Amino acid sequence: MTTDDAPRSNSFPGHNNKQGVGQSVPRKEDDRYLRGTGEYVGDIRLSGMRELAFVRSPYAHARLGAIHKPAGREDCVFTAADLHGVEPIIANSGLPGFKSSAQYALAYEKVRHVGEAVAVCVAPTRAEAEDLAATVVVDYEELPALSDMLDAITPGAALVHDHWGDNLFLQTQVAGDVDEIIRTAPIHVKRTLRTARQCMSPMEGRGVIARWESRLNQLVLITSTQMPHIVRTGLAGCLGLSEEQVRIIAPDVGGGFGYKGILLPEEVCAGFLARHLGHPVRWLEDRREQLAGNANCREHHYELNAYADRDGRLLAVDADASVDAGAYSIYPFSACLEAAQVASILPGPYRMQGYRCHTRSVATNKAGIVPYRGVARAGVCYAIESLMDDIAVQAGLEPWEVRLRNLVPAELMPFDNITNKHFDSGDYPEALRRVVKAIDVPGVRARQAAMQGPVRLGLGIAIFCEQGAHGTSVYHGWGIPMVPGFEQAVARLTPDGGLELRVGIQSHGQGLETTLAQVGAEVLGIPIERIQVVHGDTALTPYSTGTWGSRCMVMAGGAVATACRELAERIVAIGAKLLQVRAEDTRIVDGAVVSGERTVTIAEVARTWYLRPQELPADVSPAGLEVTGGYRTRRDTGTFSYAAHAVVVSVDTEMGDVKILDYAICEDGGVLVNPMIVDGQVNGGLAQGVGTALYEEMPFDAAGQPLATTLADYMLPGATEVPLLRIDHMVTPSPYTEFGQKGIGEGGAIGPPAAIANAVNDALRPLGVRMDRLPITPHRIVSALMAREQGVAS
Amino acid sequence: MKPVDFAFDQPATLAQASTMLATEGARAMGGGQSLGPMLNFRVARPARIVALHGLAECQGVEDAGDALTLGASTPHAAIEDGRTPDLPGGILSRIAANIAYRAVRTRGTMGGSLCHADPGADWLCTLGALGALVLTWTPRGGRMVPLSGFVTGAFRTVLQPGEIVQAIRIPRPGADFGWGYVKACRKPGEFAHAMCAVLLDPTHGVRRMVIGATGGPPVVLEGDRADPAAVEGALKGAGLGPVERRMQAVIAGRAMEQAMQAHRGTRA
Ligand SMILES: Cc1cc2nc3c(=O)[nH]c(=O)nc-3n(C[C@H](O)[C@H](O)[C@H](O)COP(=O)(O)OP(=O)(O)OC[C@H]3O[C@@H](n4cnc5c(N)ncnc54)[C@H](O)[C@@H]3O)c2cc1C
Repeated sequence: MTTDDAPRSNSFPGHNNKQGVGQSVPRKEDDRYLRGTGEYVGDIRLSGMRELAFVRSPYAHARLGAIHKPAGREDCVFTAADLHGVEPIIANSGLPGFKSSAQYALAYEKVRHVGEAVAVCVAPTRAEAEDLAATVVVDYEELPALSDMLDAITPGAALVHDHWGDNLFLQTQVAGDVDEIIRTAPIHVKRTLRTARQCMSPMEGRGVIARWESRLNQLVLITSTQMPHIVRTGLAGCLGLSEEQVRIIAPDVGGGFGYKGILLPEEVCAGFLARHLGHPVRWLEDRREQLAGNANCREHHYELNAYADRDGRLLAVDADASVDAGAYSIYPFSACLEAAQVASILPGPYRMQGYRCHTRSVATNKAGIVPYRGVARAGVCYAIESLMDDIAVQAGLEPWEVRLRNLVPAELMPFDNITNKHFDSGDYPEALRRVVKAIDVPGVRARQAAMQGPVRLGLGIAIFCEQGAHGTSVYHGWGIPMVPGFEQAVARLTPDGGLELRVGIQSHGQGLETTLAQVGAEVLGIPIERIQVVHGDTALTPYSTGTWGSRCMVMAGGAVATACRELAERIVAIGAKLLQVRAEDTRIVDGAVVSGERTVTIAEVARTWYLRPQELPADVSPAGLEVTGGYRTRRDTGTFSYAAHAVVVSVDTEMGDVKILDYAICEDGGVLVNPMIVDGQVNGGLAQGVGTALYEEMPFDAAGQPLATTLADYMLPGATEVPLLRIDHMVTPSPYTEFGQKGIGEGGAIGPPAAIANAVNDALRPLGVRMDRLPITPHRIVSALMAREQGVAS
Repeated sequence: MKPVDFAFDQPATLAQASTMLATEGARAMGGGQSLGPMLNFRVARPARIVALHGLAECQGVEDAGDALTLGASTPHAAIEDGRTPDLPGGILSRIAANIAYRAVRTRGTMGGSLCHADPGADWLCTLGALGALVLTWTPRGGRMVPLSGFVTGAFRTVLQPGEIVQAIRIPRPGADFGWGYVKACRKPGEFAHAMCAVLLDPTHGVRRMVIGATGGPPVVLEGDRADPAAVEGALKGAGLGPVERRMQAVIAGRAMEQAMQAHRGTRA
């Protein structure tokens, strides 16, 4: 059912072909981004503002003793004892058995990871604040640290939270019946896989300015966040303020990826201090703080078994997955979201008869885990796609053949999979066929066979589907502090005929200032140059859970469309009065109300309404030209975009270097509001996926010390590591969304670890070596080859 | 992080610089490309920084036929761009072009790189293979130290307090020389995890292999010992693991291969 017919045009009389839905218009926001005129927290200076520097724990686990403030400067240094009335950050899950953690804004009694804030220093400049921080002496009594999740779950391990009795935030069990299949299946494959702990690395780190506004008796917090409204709710709770006393402003945000989907201890401290001290304060995270204190995502451990029949048809998956959730349950996503997601999405886009999965969210002495672009999916896709390759080998099939036999076919869509995920639409096999064609499998196989010498060629494939924009029915089950529901947008006509769209989500690189304007242009025919998308301010925008989970184009896009359509009706009503015709006889065309030969522009309608009401008849409705539109998808189980990735790599078997020679993706994000922006999202995601596959890793030593605390040690992929990508699009509308669009923000990051790992293993298979740990580094490859050599020799 | 508070001096002569460097907690700065990060991490906490970039005495370049002399303040980028004399085949230019990123090369200097003595530094390894000499300056006169004796450990040199590197002298190899230089980096521009430079210079009776990125001073193998097969054994004492030693041996093999090809090329 692949089709280009989106369920749209007819319902939108103002259809603006040149800038509306489906057009690759250049991004409005790029002008300021590219000219360096964006305004980030670091660019903002308030009068009387002082800078903060934190004293951070050098230990992964220690009991806190006395904190000695420098003599004469006691009033510039604050510890937990000084934060009167401040409550810890608590993010509980409602899932049975979940154990609660309390994350204090400044450590209390114990520190539980390196980099945890112990005290905060206030000074006119950051350098002076750091001078002050260096003079604070803290007495620590070091405790045994847990730097590996498997150690943390062995009996007798030290306890991160003393009163828990163990180190498990939560365990879950999908208890499918697989015993019969295990006994009888002709093919059984097994893998133990590990993904690294990563540091999400947006170009702009975290940062916050806090200011107490006495006129409104209100805390104004300017912060680099993806979710201003959620920060407001959480922060008000911690500071003992009511929510109308807190205003959150997110100015330009230099990338998020999940790193800024969190309520921070630093935000709580800054909020407290601004009121307490009576002057604004600012904290800007530096790279050291980010790397040393905030390695916070992606670390999974899998024990996997898959069973298949002789033809490579998947019968069952039996999995045991642990996620290193770090020391604290972070707000709002909690410590359990990642592992809970693993359990529900591990089956991938495949059909199977049996599924069993046991998960653990393990507490360790590391920063709390935060969902990173492609939450859990990058690891999960790596897991299931590794198994599929193993089955292919056992069944004597090409990797793509075995996948074709197991993918949910188009004719079964919509499809409820084994974990009750409702795949909304799509033709997964077709995406795979297209990418297989693009990468030229026979050609690669021929080159592979002809290759000589130490450099080998490998081909890797991965396919996945990606739930996005899922709502209440999915999230309430996890019982975390934030459950997404409906989305609202305000559409307001200005007196000169411009349009303001106010949305509670945050745009920080996704291009939403453009794509939401395109939705406005689609409905009202107003050019996007005259459409201002206002976001990032709780005082100006409707409540929203913010930007995460590939939800914005679906949810905020739907809300904007709804608001604009309601606004269109009001414009038409007034325009009809001015044209002296019936509203039913008018249409909006290219920014004007039209009836036969007669037209009145939207600008004239607006001017008349706001400034010359005397020209309107007495019976005109007083409702006005500002509308809050509310939206929910027709079904809130989420959109499922999907993509097939295919990659060719070379592996230098002497030096362990992996080079990406070709990379092709076929993806389906439903109706693309702006295809160019989607390509950008896929490319950006791919870069991060390459990082997960080959570069990014924060190792910890046995004492819990992070070892890659500069960008010379923590390898991020750069321009020379990211391949030139070939993208093919399919367009299968989602039946549940406004225009048929699907969430597509994360997929680029999901496929690469699986595809690249499969390609490397394809190259190494003839040598009898397999890489089961990410990232795949030269050191790991050479080490495995040397171990193999020794094994063969002895 | 931000650096500690420090005084900043920009002397115009070596004599002035030396006087300033004699004060408590003073530190020289070349291009600041290694010192800068150390300041920002507060690994270096100098009371005073003495910037050497204004010293004409550290900037001269000279091609005296049997040797090139480059001022210590010569930035990598000047060498990369061919604005300084080079050895045949643009050897120095090619080395410079693969140090760090262009922005770092614009400011980072050859002298600073040697004084910093990062075990993974390109100049340390390559100039060592070329048999370069370090020319230093003090108010009491200078020294001429062979590079092999200049570095005493990771980030450690024989420089005395107040002693300034003024220039580097690179002897010109014979006409039939062969040169090989290979390094392995996770990403272009990052410090290498294996590197080897090989000079075959029959005219001067030199067959030299220098292994860098060992975590300590470069390991020099001369004559018959300059053999890739000897590398793994030679590095046993260097504190590298078996995988790193293996990689170093592979890179040494590739560097030797390059040098032999170049050598054959000059004779053909
Ligand atoms: C991101 C990045 C990547 C890099 N990658 C590489 C790489 O791949 N290969 C490589 O070789 N290098 C690399 N470097 C280092 C770079 O080459 C630096 O330029 C070099 O190490 C230091 O030179 P500098 O002139 O900047 O010295 P500075 O940083 O100014 O000084 C370094 C040290 O030398 C001392 N010093 C400087 N000049 C003198 C002098 N004339 N006399 C006495 N003491 C002196 C200083 O006191 C200081 O202790 C990299 C640097 C960065 C930032």
